[in-house]
Amino acid sequence: MAIAVEKPEKADKVQPAAAAPAARKVSRRMASAAILVAWLVLFVVLRGRQTLTLAAADLTGLHHWLNDVNDTIGANRNSNPLFLYFFNEIRLAIDNLVTFVQSLISQPTGSRPVPQIGWLGVVGLTGYVSWAVGNWRVALLAVAGFTFFGLQGLWQESMDTLALTLSAVFVALLIGIPLGVWAGLSDRFNRIMTPFLDFMQTMPAFVYLAPLTLIFLIGGASAVITTVIYAAPPAIRITAHAIRSVPETTVEAADSLGTTRSQQLLKVLLPMSKRTVVMGVNQTIMAALAMVTIAALIDAPGLGKTVVQALQSLDVGTAFNAGLAIVVMAIVLDRVTTAAAGRAEAARRRSGRLLKWRRPLLVAGGVAVAVLVYLSHTFVWAAEFPGNGTTGSHIASVADTTTLWLQDHLSGLTNALRDAITNGLLNPFQTLLTDSPWWLVGAVLVALGAVLGGWRAGVTAAVCVGLLVGTGLWSDGMTTLASTAVATVLVMLLGAVFGVWMGRSLFVDRLVRPTLDAAQVMPPFVYLVPFLALFGATRFTAIVAAVVYAAPVAIKIIADGVRNVPESTVEAATSAGCNTWQIITKVQLPMARGALTLATNQGLIYVLSMVVVGGLVGAGALGYDVVAGFSQGELYGKGLAAGLAIVLLGVMFDRITQAAARRTRA
Amino acid sequence: MARHWRAGAAGLAVLGLTLTACGGAKVGDTSSAGSKGSGGKCGTFNLAVNPWVGYEADAAVVAYVAQHDLGCTVKKKDLKEEIAWQGFGTGEVDAVLENWGHDDLKKKYITGQKTAVEAGQTGNKGIIGWYVPPWLAKAHPDITDYKNLNKYASEFKTSESGGKGQLLDGDPSYVTNDAALVKNLKLDYKVVYAGSETALIQAFRTAEKNKQWVIGYFYEPQWFLSEVPLVKVNLPKYTTGCDADAAKVACDYPVYDLDKIVSAKFAKSGSPAYDLVKKFNWTNDEQNTVAKYIAVDKMSDEAAARKWVEANRDKVDAWLK
Repeated sequence: MAIAVEKPEKADKVQPAAAAPAARKVSRRMASAAILVAWLVLFVVLRGRQTLTLAAADLTGLHHWLNDVNDTIGANRNSNPLFLYFFNEIRLAIDNLVTFVQSLISQPTGSRPVPQIGWLGVVGLTGYVSWAVGNWRVALLAVAGFTFFGLQGLWQESMDTLALTLSAVFVALLIGIPLGVWAGLSDRFNRIMTPFLDFMQTMPAFVYLAPLTLIFLIGGASAVITTVIYAAPPAIRITAHAIRSVPETTVEAADSLGTTRSQQLLKVLLPMSKRTVVMGVNQTIMAALAMVTIAALIDAPGLGKTVVQALQSLDVGTAFNAGLAIVVMAIVLDRVTTAAAGRAEAARRRSGRLLKWRRPLLVAGGVAVAVLVYLSHTFVWAAEFPGNGTTGSHIASVADTTTLWLQDHLSGLTNALRDAITNGLLNPFQTLLTDSPWWLVGAVLVALGAVLGGWRAGVTAAVCVGLLVGTGLWSDGMTTLASTAVATVLVMLLGAVFGVWMGRSLFVDRLVRPTLDAAQVMPPFVYLVPFLALFGATRFTAIVAAVVYAAPVAIKIIADGVRNVPESTVEAATSAGCNTWQIITKVQLPMARGALTLATNQGLIYVLSMVVVGGLVGAGALGYDVVAGFSQGELYGKGLAAGLAIVLLGVMFDRITQAAARRTRA
Repeated sequence: MARHWRAGAAGLAVLGLTLTACGGAKVGDTSSAGSKGSGGKCGTFNLAVNPWVGYEADAAVVAYVAQHDLGCTVKKKDLKEEIAWQGFGTGEVDAVLENWGHDDLKKKYITGQKTAVEAGQTGNKGIIGWYVPPWLAKAHPDITDYKNLNKYASEFKTSESGGKGQLLDGDPSYVTNDAALVKNLKLDYKVVYAGSETALIQAFRTAEKNKQWVIGYFYEPQWFLSEVPLVKVNLPKYTTGCDADAAKVACDYPVYDLDKIVSAKFAKSGSPAYDLVKKFNWTNDEQNTVAKYIAVDKMSDEAAARKWVEANRDKVDAWLK
């Protein structure tokens, strides 16, 4: 536990980075190799010293202090003016919003035993809106998807989830779009915002659930705010990006016409970035749906509750059924918003005749929907979904049978795989990280950051390493880092294989993509039980769960990168007599280098966001600290510190990989 | 339902639907889905439901009785323990039915903030300890004595335990002394944190099925024991005060008398629901029965509670006296 002051190794290892710019690429690789070799040598000499380990039940001063802060807030809740006049008002406003949306579609109000709009009205409304903002194909999908919820026997749960998601997305956009515009216009504000956004996206929700319920009470408001914290950043980031991407020349042209600043914003910047902003809305919806099971832990009604409750009795089938509803909802909302984003363009391409018909059709559709809504408000058969959800029990029993079969027939194979990767890759790497003195690992991280990403990245790494030591959880952080790194390597392997395959064939792309979507939005809680049966409560299970969640992103990005390699280049290589393997390794992958780095970056961040889930299945370390902090009052401070450590790891790797990406592109 | 290619089609469809609708029942004009007998002097009863099936069983039965016999409007809130206790102060939670020790929370909310008060025992005995799957206890009967654990340590090795035997710990909800126990009893084991009840149950389930070696932290009452009757390992007997110093613990966990906690406001409210909570009391077997209905037979909370209440009317009537 002693903290050493010496830090001698750093200087001579940064040296090789300052090589001649002409041979920079080679020297960068060599410098990284030199750093790693030096690390290995020093590890052998210094193994087991100054490792800063902390036992599971031990706390540091910082952890105690954080506990005390939390207690003070709780104790002063009713007398503090900040609560009386600020937080309580926010809570009231959001609570009213949620209650209103719930009374419309999901919850009974007053003496009325059912919500104002029944299933028929909701289905009709969804189809109509999807058609109006998108096209008839997504409208059909939306109608089919929403009807499916009813057939699954999950109508009310789905509507509860939809009500919360819509409220959260509304609030997130209400805050996010103005902030995004501001961040798009002002570099300074953007720089201030970025760390906060990183924080909101990587801080595990388990850490702030308890304080949130203390501040905003148990109920709709807390559930919405939890979701907003995670879902607003994409809206802010993408809006800012959209504003920034408006061509300089357009803005200058408007300037020369003498427009004022507000005119410029409303008439030029916003309309021109509309398409990208809608993509931001799309990402916000996806992020909000990802929080469904987390919000269920503080009594948010809906599908998340069904998943969490089913898992208390390890009822995989029921959990899968509810998870499937979340997937369907995500796919419907994704396709509708994507269609909405592309609508303006599609409309321009379409013939004038259809456009002439559009307006009367919109009116007719509106009337039809109004009738449906009225029917569903008035008559029981249109208010409550008929039937008793037999499709749902079929899905559940099929899921049960399938998992049972997999568990019985694959466990030999999976155990061998687990042992091979754990012993061959994970254990040695983890030993290297946790048994080296902390300052050695810290120096290596800083040096690698500086070599790969430049001095700025090096400084960021140094700050993060310092703060990591400050959290008192260095050793746990290194254990988590080892698993994270192994998971990222696996993600990139999968990403390269499937990404290239999908990038080279549109057919494969169409076939695989829905599976990737499902893997991204299916709540991890659903597949944890079968994974536990296959791999046991181990770090490897956590790695597999993280790979399932993170690989789709990497695959999609790499597929995109490979597809963007100019046709002519590939043709030239083919005519030069290259075989397929050579084209992939010598042409397509090198030319998609930017996409590969981006995929690494996103893959790593997504893996890190699964650390807490990993803690639930045997990964221990930071993930377990967070989970335990959520469950036991005494460990709260430690859990918060572990959450901070995860954020720090995330920020460090994000900055290094981004800087490295900029350099490879340059 | 928008048929955009022909407005007429939409109109026809609407007409058709309207016509068929004429025969349907209207919302609210029958007692089809009405909440019977709500109101009365009971009002709303906010019941915390902590996330394990045993508690779900407690809550199911109490909620059923409160609703049907007392006419309360019961609001069940699914919350972790810590957050449920917070709710006493903010008025969001009236009662917790099955509290496992949690001296830290008692200190904070009962003696400190005075927002909660004790409401007697649940009747359940909470037993915590180390368990092995039944096949193992049968094949090696001496394994249930902690003194023999070192003999078998190598059998419990896994990819996670670094050459030692693995002691699978960790539903993070409860305090565990296991790391200290392993050290103080000089056992050649390493504590590995499974991280959730789900992980623990699945580990034991797989172990029993495939005859694997697993030893781990577990507890009763628990519905899973009716599926796989795990066998408890005997640690040195618990004596009062032997766990006073957490670092030096070398004895078994105490048997917890699980108890009920209510908010101070609720206790003074004179609500009949409070009297019910105060008198509610049942045994581990009774809880296990209802938990089994829910977890194994997959009945809904309401159906499980109804089945039990109808079969045990005498017991329920005693709570209502």
